[in-house]
Amino acid sequence: MASIEARGLRKTYRTTVALDGINLRVEEGRIVGLIGPNGAGKTTALNAILGLTPYQGELRVLGRNPWTERDQLMNDVCFIADVAVLPRWLRVSQALDYVAGVHPRFDRAKAEGFLAKTSIQRASKVRELSKGMVAQLHLALVMAIDARLLVLDEPTLGLDILYRKQFYDSLLNDYFDRSRTIVVTTHQVEEIQNVLTDVMFINRGRIVFNCSMEELESRYQELTVRPENLATARVLKPMYEREVLGRSILLFDGADRQHLVELGEVRTPGIADLFVAIVGNQAGQAQGAAS
Amino acid sequence: MTTPSNAIPESSLASQVLAPGTISAGQRLYWSMRRELWESRSIYIAPLAVAALFLFGFLISTIHLPEGMRTALALSPAQQYEIIEQPYDFAALLLMATTLVVAIFYCLDALHGERRDRSILFWKSLPVSDLITVLSKASIPLVVLPLATFAITMVTQWIMLILSIVVLVGNGQSVAPLWSHLSLFKMAVGLLYHLLAIHGLWYAPIYGWLLLVSGWARRAAFLWAALPLLAIGFVERIAFNTSHFADMLKNRIDGGSEGAAIVASNMSMDSLAQLDPIHFLISPGLWIGLAVAAAFLAAAVRLRRYQGPI
Repeated sequence: MASIEARGLRKTYRTTVALDGINLRVEEGRIVGLIGPNGAGKTTALNAILGLTPYQGELRVLGRNPWTERDQLMNDVCFIADVAVLPRWLRVSQALDYVAGVHPRFDRAKAEGFLAKTSIQRASKVRELSKGMVAQLHLALVMAIDARLLVLDEPTLGLDILYRKQFYDSLLNDYFDRSRTIVVTTHQVEEIQNVLTDVMFINRGRIVFNCSMEELESRYQELTVRPENLATARVLKPMYEREVLGRSILLFDGADRQHLVELGEVRTPGIADLFVAIVGNQAGQAQGAAS
Repeated sequence: MTTPSNAIPESSLASQVLAPGTISAGQRLYWSMRRELWESRSIYIAPLAVAALFLFGFLISTIHLPEGMRTALALSPAQQYEIIEQPYDFAALLLMATTLVVAIFYCLDALHGERRDRSILFWKSLPVSDLITVLSKASIPLVVLPLATFAITMVTQWIMLILSIVVLVGNGQSVAPLWSHLSLFKMAVGLLYHLLAIHGLWYAPIYGWLLLVSGWARRAAFLWAALPLLAIGFVERIAFNTSHFADMLKNRIDGGSEGAAIVASNMSMDSLAQLDPIHFLISPGLWIGLAVAAAFLAAAVRLRRYQGPI
């Protein structure tokens, strides 16, 4: 069964189109990165999935309609919207009491175990914790819930690199198993590249790219070309070309690896570079069409 | 729920073994109400502080108590009542006024604060329906505050009585006049009735309106709650030269005929005779008010579904 299934998902705010007919299917056991520029519709898409906003089109999350069945859905879905949503007056012990009181799948001992690994005091209020500690607390609460779908919208926004690393490490080591699904959006794309199983690019309310990481690795290659081979390499029709420190870097879709190795260094492209190549190209084409 | 259990046998087995217990709506309401008390500690701190301040003042006033009792004994029973019982009534009125103010400010912030600090996203990530959330917030002014006020008032009045007895006995005076004029039990019944009937039921549409505005307004909830009511009153005055709307509001705030009777008699010893629960329970004003309150709360529930952080 698909965890999330959307067909023709649309959402408009007065004059702007936030989601322009999205079709997507997220299977159980995947970790999907939803990547897009600001205003591309990421948060709107997640809000629709979480039942926080009404929408047009068809959307099923774990077989339920999120807008009409949000409270039941939240038995099986967890989300971290961003680091700043835990109320500042809440004590750590109260947070544990409350979630244990209302959530049937919350394992308090597990949450206590996660917190024991941090320096968070039970009697502290959220306002007394650092940003990183608040994220740790929220993650401890969420990871102790035996949910089937976890949605993370910029979960590490504003955290330093140590916390960010720790965040994804504990998510992978202590939480993820193949019966759960995780959807994550972030701007720090490179940091989650090896966490993801699938990647989706969203731009202007549309899914413009959807690919598993395995496919991505076998299909796309990035060539740092030796200057003398540049002309030869260009003949192979790179989808994108950029220059770094005077050296040309070419991105190829489905080129022969053996051939490329002869022209320079070959590696798997970063998601960010691929994103620029795909979304940037489309923007260029759109501009070309308009002019 | 059909999971492809053949693909992941061990984990689905584990989740079957650790079958999650179900949590009833009542439990969720209980924890949501506790959450409100954690967040808005003024619900009990404000009346406790006022009670403490009042007791402090009363303690100082007991210096004059022996003398006052002596003069009181020479007076008529009505005047004796004035001197002996008045401070107890005053304590009750002061605490009621305090909780009314607390209730108004609580309601105006209840559905606004969670959007302002974005915590609504956290609360909505938990399996608690908007209905339970709004009911838990409405229960604070309708149930929790009246009962808390009753308890705090009772304790305050008993402490006053004990202080008076200690002072009188210490001065070698009789406490008999105190006993004969004070009937704390009767006062308690009157107070509880007043709190539940007027603060809990009669004022319900006021709290419902305030909660609705707090769930709707993006800012300045207080103004949005007050100005439209004033505007309607003014427009009616100018257009038709009548004041039905203003009279209706005034009647609601006065506490209707029931509340007015209780306030007028100053909850004296005789006021129990004036309590007429039957008359109150069959008065159309009560039921219209409750229907309006229910409509406001239903609108607030629906609104919360659409609302996100501001």
